Amino acid sequence: MSHHLVEAENLRHVWPDGTVALDGVTFRITHGESVGIVGANGAGKSTLLLHLCGALVPREGRVRVGDVPVTKTTLETVRRAVGTVFQDPDDQLFLPTVRDDVAFGPLNLGLPPEDVETRVRDALDAVDAGPLAPRAPWRLSGGEKRRVAIATVLAMNPDVLVLDEPSSGLDPRSRREVIDLLRAFHHTRIVATHDLDLVLDVCGRTIVLDRGKVAADGPTRSLLADEELLARCRLERPLSLRG
Amino acid sequence: MKGPGASLAALRDLDALSARDLPLARLDPRVPLLVTLLLSVLVASFPRGEVQALVPFLLWPATIASLAAVPVRPFFRALLVPLPFVLLAALPALFVEPGPAGRAIAASVLLRFLLTVTSALLLAAVWGLPALAWAMQELGAPAVLVTQVLVLWRYLFVLGEEAVRMDRARTMRSFGRRGRELALAGPFLGTLLLRSQDRAERIDRALRARAFTGSFPALRPWRFGAGDAAFLLLWSAALVFFRLVDVPGALGRLLTGAA
Repeated sequence: MSHHLVEAENLRHVWPDGTVALDGVTFRITHGESVGIVGANGAGKSTLLLHLCGALVPREGRVRVGDVPVTKTTLETVRRAVGTVFQDPDDQLFLPTVRDDVAFGPLNLGLPPEDVETRVRDALDAVDAGPLAPRAPWRLSGGEKRRVAIATVLAMNPDVLVLDEPSSGLDPRSRREVIDLLRAFHHTRIVATHDLDLVLDVCGRTIVLDRGKVAADGPTRSLLADEELLARCRLERPLSLRG
Repeated sequence: MKGPGASLAALRDLDALSARDLPLARLDPRVPLLVTLLLSVLVASFPRGEVQALVPFLLWPATIASLAAVPVRPFFRALLVPLPFVLLAALPALFVEPGPAGRAIAASVLLRFLLTVTSALLLAAVWGLPALAWAMQELGAPAVLVTQVLVLWRYLFVLGEEAVRMDRARTMRSFGRRGRELALAGPFLGTLLLRSQDRAERIDRALRARAFTGSFPALRPWRFGAGDAAFLLLWSAALVFFRLVDVPGALGRLLTGAA
């Protein structure tokens, strides 16, 4: 059974204060695709991500991960399949050493300690953070924290990686390292961000959200060169596409 | 650095000590936890104003501190954090009961504080909170409590820093004293509470996203061995002995030949 597919169908979400965050969102992301979710503040990106990782369960419409619809009873399966890297690494890293933190997910999945050790080593190597293993997460730099946060998720061997603003708050060099890392992965990747240049580098396909609706869904290069679309969705052409 | 920022830094330095790979830290964390609990109960059970008989209990924190080579400065800085509360409890005795009785009560409160808080801080510095949380879990503490201890310890730093940043931003716009009135404490604390709640929700999501179901797994599960049992028995016996026999008094009588 493959969990690499992610599908939303007529997804709608209304926050308790009446704000309509998502309004009939439909898309299908297939195996190995790397998809950028872009949109202005309040367009619904974060709410959409919360649905994809099972932090919110659809009340109207459907979300499927592989063959599994996201419902209260399937949350565990969904969370095994979808690894989510949240925006603020401080929300994610909470154990005293990087090693313990990366081991946290695999241990929760009930893996034997020897396998956990291997997973931890592989995940840290994958983000080039092996030497950080014995360090305390809160003593790391912003870029190191971000890479370790990605490792904590990789260690669970997810089929789909969901990343919320992976480049926010990073200096240019750390940002570039994260971009190179994301390009190297073969997982299905879903990246929500304001960093349109990152989307251009990492994602072949982009979904543009505007006020809770899908305004466009297609190849990144053509969408991000579409001045009219970008202006309508309160976005700007990425720097690298300016003449 | 002054104020809450310094206290946070002191606790953080203490916590960082537990990342060292010490031979002592290989002892099953249930053992020091039980010894510390026993010590606290025994120390609390002495009549008020008792000083002399409490002194031998210092053997436990002194032994652990020296076996673990705990550096003195960060440790004492961390010890200073709860000190104001203890002084608040100890000093009134000097005024309520003037004379030697009051002084003995104040000294007794201070010594009990020193014994219990030092022992607790040493647990954090040598074994680290996650190991202790695991020990609590294994000893049958409710999972909710264990999770709270662990998460509180980590996010104390994050929230503390948030408070420090908010306070700094407020000070920058306060120009001496305006903006620092007590009336603003309400909105300040309210904002901090709401921020904490937001943060708690995000942490909860991040934990669940990594298959957390309410109990913490241990990366290095300890097995309670013969060495652990011997250590526990020896120390428990010693502490109970100190409670039953006034060792300094007995030594004094022995040396002076008094009856």
